[in-house]
This record gives sequence, structure tokens and C-alpha cells, in this order.
Amino acid sequence: MELGPHILLALLESAVSTAVLALTAIGLALVFGIMRVVNVAHGEFFMLGAVLAWWITDQLTAFSPAVGFAVALVLSPLLVGAIAYASDRIVINRVDYDPERTIVATVGLLYIFQQISLMTFGPDARPVEPPFNTRLAIPWLEITEQGWAVYWPWGLSITSYKLAVIAISIVLLIGVWLVLSKTRYGLIMRATQQDKDIAQAFGIRIERVYGLVFAAGGALAAMGAVLIVPIQQAHYLMGGDPLLLSFIVVILGGLGSLSGTLVAAAIIGLSNGMIAVFFSPTLAKILATLLVALVLIWRPAGLFTRSSR
Amino acid sequence: MSMDRSVLFNIGLLLALLLVVLALPEYHQGNFARIMVLACFACAYNISFGYTGLLSLGHAMFFSAGLYGVGLTVQLLEFPSEIGFLFGIVCGLVLAVAVGLLALRTTGVSFMIVTLMFSQAFFLTVLLFGEFTRGDEGFVISQDKRTFLGIDLSSDDTRLIVSWVLISLCVLGCQVVVRSRLGKVLVAIRENEERTQMLGFNVFRAKLSALAISGAMAALAGGAYSLLFGYVGATFASVQYSIFPLLWVLLGGTGTLIGPLIGTALMFYLIDISSEFTTAYMLVAGIVLVLLTLYVPEGIVGTIRRRLAPWIQ
Repeated sequence: MELGPHILLALLESAVSTAVLALTAIGLALVFGIMRVVNVAHGEFFMLGAVLAWWITDQLTAFSPAVGFAVALVLSPLLVGAIAYASDRIVINRVDYDPERTIVATVGLLYIFQQISLMTFGPDARPVEPPFNTRLAIPWLEITEQGWAVYWPWGLSITSYKLAVIAISIVLLIGVWLVLSKTRYGLIMRATQQDKDIAQAFGIRIERVYGLVFAAGGALAAMGAVLIVPIQQAHYLMGGDPLLLSFIVVILGGLGSLSGTLVAAAIIGLSNGMIAVFFSPTLAKILATLLVALVLIWRPAGLFTRSSR
Repeated sequence: MSMDRSVLFNIGLLLALLLVVLALPEYHQGNFARIMVLACFACAYNISFGYTGLLSLGHAMFFSAGLYGVGLTVQLLEFPSEIGFLFGIVCGLVLAVAVGLLALRTTGVSFMIVTLMFSQAFFLTVLLFGEFTRGDEGFVISQDKRTFLGIDLSSDDTRLIVSWVLISLCVLGCQVVVRSRLGKVLVAIRENEERTQMLGFNVFRAKLSALAISGAMAALAGGAYSLLFGYVGATFASVQYSIFPLLWVLLGGTGTLIGPLIGTALMFYLIDISSEFTTAYMLVAGIVLVLLTLYVPEGIVGTIRRRLAPWIQ
């Protein structure tokens, strides 16, 4: 393949992972922005979403893959949301949302979820069948002696499912934005984020908001995972990369800024994908992690200062 | 260092430990050799986390700086093990000062994430240079290179004694640090950083010194591990080995001298026993972490100190 079509293909492939990264990172950003705690177990909610999606579709093999997948897309985030809600009630609420103790506790939760998944789901990666998977060839323009001509480069194609992942993610992200900016729940969340004491004085039940926000964060990660699982297989160790990338996105995007998080997700997702295609994925990750460390050191204002006491 | 109750208590415990490990069956002696070297790593972590209040999630890079600093020079460049060992410690010290100069500009959660990110970059660099480091698979240091000052470190008996000497040096070395003027400033920073600064102490320099001591001691543990057990691998640079010292110190007792050793030994056996039943042995680590944060934030020795023996350091 020539360079032009190759870049387009890399862009399209990275757009799929970017869409999923945006969903996952928004979940982490919500928790971080509103509750002011870092959830180290966020990647495990992603993993649980994927593993549950496999389990649900496996139970529904009698029906068509589309039915199983549709059920998984609804049920898996709900189940993960319930698990996240329980984690908040049982653990994080009880350390009083102290930033450092929460980190230690969520590191513990990370291992608990990961290892329970190893004990039940097993060490193997398992695939989920996509609900539809038509291969769509993409045309490319080139200059010939007769002027511009359209041709179909060999290998330049994307599946209908991957396009659907991008579309569904965009719809979900718009949904999150609508809930936060237009509804009463969103207002309560934003009030809690700005000043929890004043919000409490106005009769908002802060702890309830925290529980629901934590559940929503987990559910968003799970949604991203259900969408990606027909492309990448479900595996009990798959939570590491989404956690690291979401961290990077949330820090670069800035605290409490939904649009900042989306922009950062687009930059990190696309550049990560492109560097990984043309150079080494390890190098891409080294650069991204160093970038985050340096941003935190030299531009902490608007990133972390408001959260760390 | 004056010989008071706390010093005698630690010396007594270390001597008792020596008697116990010498009497143990061979399998447990092997375990304890590992435990005592890893406990040196825990002691190092305790200087920065327990006494200074710096929650780092990047100590794996200091441990593995020692591990690779010694392993690569001794195995690939054929340095004598004594020179390699010193080089490994210097690697950890230099890395800790460099990371400290940058990361200590942040505090709290940011400090944790910055150290995590640097450590992750270190881990990925180890993988990137897989040609030399052999990545996750790691490499073995051949037996003939593992003599130190004429002592063969590969035999089981010397390994046990050498690791006991190391942990004794680390525990008593930490006691010297904690009792020094610096140590008192570090505890003051942990308790109230602003007030310490107001009193005219150079907080940044004190924290940097703590991180430097901690990094050098972690590298010492890593370097000793590579020479004693003859294996160097990328697992030791992964996040898991930044979380382990945190877990060991929390379990044993943050800011206590003997706590890290007790925490390391307990956790080692918890994981060892559970790995006989399941491959998901890290489940124990997760459960212990959650239970500790919820119910025993001071750890074992910390709780004993509060309830029974306030003189424990």
C-alpha cells in the first residue's frame, strides 16, 4: 500500500480506539472531577465490562449475535455500575474520600477484581462475535495522466462494525454531555463538584451523588469495553492499558473539563495509534508517560492543584 | 547512637531472627533469604513513605536501577561484582535525585502519579532495550560472577547469612537516619509540612535527601537481589513492585523500624500459601490492602506501638 492510503487506514483504526478511550476517560474524569479521588481500579471496570459482555453473549448463543450483543451493551454496564456502586459504599466511602487512602484502597480493589476474573473467567482471551461485520472498501484518489482518478487500494477498508463503534461512542458522549448540562441530575453533580459543603447546605445528599457518580464512571468504562470486545478479545489483564491512557487523557485534559478531556482523548488516541503503527508502541507509551509527568510538574494549575487538598 | 530500649529491642529482634532462620528447614531458609532482601527494599520505602509521608508509586524503578545496574555491568560488561554493586547503588541514588528534583515540585496525588509515570517510563525503557535486558524473560547472572569479596554468594548458607547482614544494616541504618537531625525534620514534614517550612527548615532539601537515601537503599536491595539470586527480569520494574513495598510497609506499620520486615515476611507467606491453592494469588494482596486501609491504617507494629509500647521507633 502507498503512504497516503496507509495513513488513512491508520487514522481510521486509531479513530476506533480513540472513541472507546474517550468513553473510558470520561468515566474516570467524572469520578475525578466530582469526587476528587483517583480511581486506580478504573481499568478493571473496563475489564469487567468486557468479560461480562463475553459471558452474556455466551449465555445467549441460541439467538443471533446481534441480540446477544445488544443485551450485553445494556446489561454489562448496568452490572459493572452496580459493582462500582457497591465498591463506593463498602470501601471508598469508608475512607472518607481521603485522596491517598482512596488510592491505596483502589489498588486493592484492582487486584481483587482482576484476580476474581482470573479465577472465574480464566487466563485465556475470549472473542465476542460482532453483531454485523461487513467489510467496506474505501476509495482513494490519485493523479493519473488523465487527471484525478478514483481507485480502490487493496487492503484499504474498514468494517461496518468499526464505523458503528465510532457512531455509538459519539452518541453516548453527547448523551453524557446532555445529562450533565441539561438535566437536574447534571446540575446536582456540577454543584457538588464546585462546592460540596454549599451543595450539602442546599440539601443535596452528597454521599448519594458520590455513589451514583462512581457507578456512572464504572458503567462508562464498561460501555467502552463492550464496544471494543468484538475487535479485541476479552482478557483478565486487559485493564492496564485503558487505565494508563485514561489517566494520561484526564491529566492532559484538565480537571472537571469535559471538553478538555475529549480533546485530550482525541490527541492521545490518534497520536498513540499513529505512533504505534509507524514506530514502536513501546516508544509511544514511553513518550506519553513522560509527557504526563512533565505536564503535572510544570502545569499543575488546572490539572491537579484543586484536588490535592 | 545511644543504646536505649528501642535500639536494644531492634538488635534483640534481629538476633532472634538469625536464630530462628538458622533453625528453619531448608525450604523456609530459602524463603527467608528472599524475604530479608526484599525487606531491605521495604525499609527503603519506609524512609520516604513512612517517615516523610511521600506516597510514591515508583519505587520499582529504584529497586530495578540497582538490579539492572548490577546485573548488566556484571553479566554483560564483566565488571567485578564489587564494582558492579557500587555502580548499582550509585544508579539508584542518581535516579532518585533526578526524579526527586522533578517530582518533588508536586505534592500529594500529583507526586504519586508523577512517580508512577517515571517508573512506568523506566519499565518500558527496559522492554524497549530488550536486546540487552531480555525484557520480561530476563537473564541469569552466571555463577562464577557471583562472588563478592571472595565469598561465593550462590550457596544457600552464605545467602542466608548475607541477607541477614543486609537487613540488619538496613534496619539499624534507618534507625540512625530517623534519630539524626534530618530524621526529625522528615517526621516534622510528615506531620505538618507548612509549619516545618515556617520554622525555617529547607523542606525541599530534606525531602530530596529522604528520597535519595530511600532510592539508594532500594537500589542496594535490588543489586543484592541480582547477585544473591542470580536473576534479573523486567517484572521487578513493573508497577507491581512499586505496590509491594507500599503493601509491606502498610501491613507491618508505617514509620516503624521493624514493621517493614514483619510486613514483608507476613505478605510473602500469605502469597506463598495462597499460590498453592490458586493461580490468583494476588487476590490476597488486594484483600489485605483494602482491609488495611479500612481497619488497620497503622499496621501491625504501629498498632502495637499505640496500644502497648509507645517507645518503639
